[in-house]
Amino acid sequence: MQQIVNFLIKYKNTLLFLFLFLLSVFFTIQSHSYHKSKFISSANFLTGGIYSWVNNIDMYFNLKEYNERLVDENKFLRENLAALSEKELDSVFLDTISYDAPYKFITAKVIANRYSRLDNFLLVNKGENDSVATDFGVITSRGIVGIVDETSNNYSRVISILNTNSAINVKLKKTNHFGTLKWNGKDPNIVQVEEIPRLAPVKKGDTIHTEGRSLIFPKGIPVGVVENYQLKNNQNYYDINVRLFNDMTNIGYVYLIKNNNQEEIKSLESNE
Amino acid sequence: MNKFLVSNITRFVILVLVQVLILNNINFLGFVNPYLYVLFILLLPLNLTHYKVIFFSFLMGLTIDLFEDSGGINAAASVLIGFLRPSFLRFSFGISYEHQTVKFHQTPFAQRFTYISLLVVIHHLVLFSLEIFNLSYIILILKKTLFSSIFTILLILIVSGIFQQNKR
Repeated sequence: MQQIVNFLIKYKNTLLFLFLFLLSVFFTIQSHSYHKSKFISSANFLTGGIYSWVNNIDMYFNLKEYNERLVDENKFLRENLAALSEKELDSVFLDTISYDAPYKFITAKVIANRYSRLDNFLLVNKGENDSVATDFGVITSRGIVGIVDETSNNYSRVISILNTNSAINVKLKKTNHFGTLKWNGKDPNIVQVEEIPRLAPVKKGDTIHTEGRSLIFPKGIPVGVVENYQLKNNQNYYDINVRLFNDMTNIGYVYLIKNNNQEEIKSLESNE
Repeated sequence: MNKFLVSNITRFVILVLVQVLILNNINFLGFVNPYLYVLFILLLPLNLTHYKVIFFSFLMGLTIDLFEDSGGINAAASVLIGFLRPSFLRFSFGISYEHQTVKFHQTPFAQRFTYISLLVVIHHLVLFSLEIFNLSYIILILKKTLFSSIFTILLILIVSGIFQQNKR
């Protein structure tokens, strides 16, 4: 016993170092696996509070651009609305029994944005108090941003599409060939789409949007356009580089999307 | 003791805020960021007990990780240089460190430069290895380590130079 105590006293520095180092490495390994990085998160009152305080100042410098984006989005929506009222609406069946629309949108502001690492996260200023939960989709008026990963009372952390752990179902707009959206960590404006079969008629400039099979994003949220593509020898799938519509380095305001049918569909699937 | 506490807590808070609010957003050339918070570990009093150095280094790294959503990469890199600090002090400043007569700002520039560079390069190498965590990106790890280290060392020399003048 005495020897053990002596040993501990003699090597207390090394032991303390090893303990803290292994603890950090444990946190690191957790952060590299999807949906497990729960311990260290910026979605708490201290870091969230400081970020949102600074963001309140920072926001003024971008007001002009955000206003222009809003006007652009309003123009797009107005055009759609006008086109809709042109058509005769009397034959549309309105379901008055189901109370909720399938998707609910919550607006939020990005208060911390990172894009220079391989695994990037965003912080937005809405949390559980605004009924935000994990697995909500996050988009802007221009396109897709990411998926809510963790929430606190007033803040949520979002896994950006610029994260090597993220994988989202997307498809070609003109046909229905689908693939997976990933990121190789190089350019924050270029993401990769994998697993689109060689039969698909891919061309430069084709639009990619979300597929709608996952429970997170509605169908048809824009992602980007095909920048270039290649078909490696003896492979059945294209490697496609996609240029994002969103400027991921300057996001500003976002919409969080809640799928009201998510729980019902999940419970159905788990029953099988 | 009280003066030591106040000045180090102030330095801790200021360095954390400068790091997460300003320096992490520089992204020079898309990926180069200085990590000035290492200065806190470098400037901890030279006669501070070793286990306290290790613990404060860990606390600093963990705080940065909390802001950055980076798991434990800053904590791991910081705790490592906190652990190695006495050896490097001995290596850089020689026997005068052992007699505890060294004042950081009064040391010759070459010795100070060796001390800062060694710790910064090791810190950055561990930081980026853990951040990327993938051996197939080894070139990227080395590239990031090299450029960020140069940036950090320059900034540390400038900042510690400014504070040195204030003290006179």
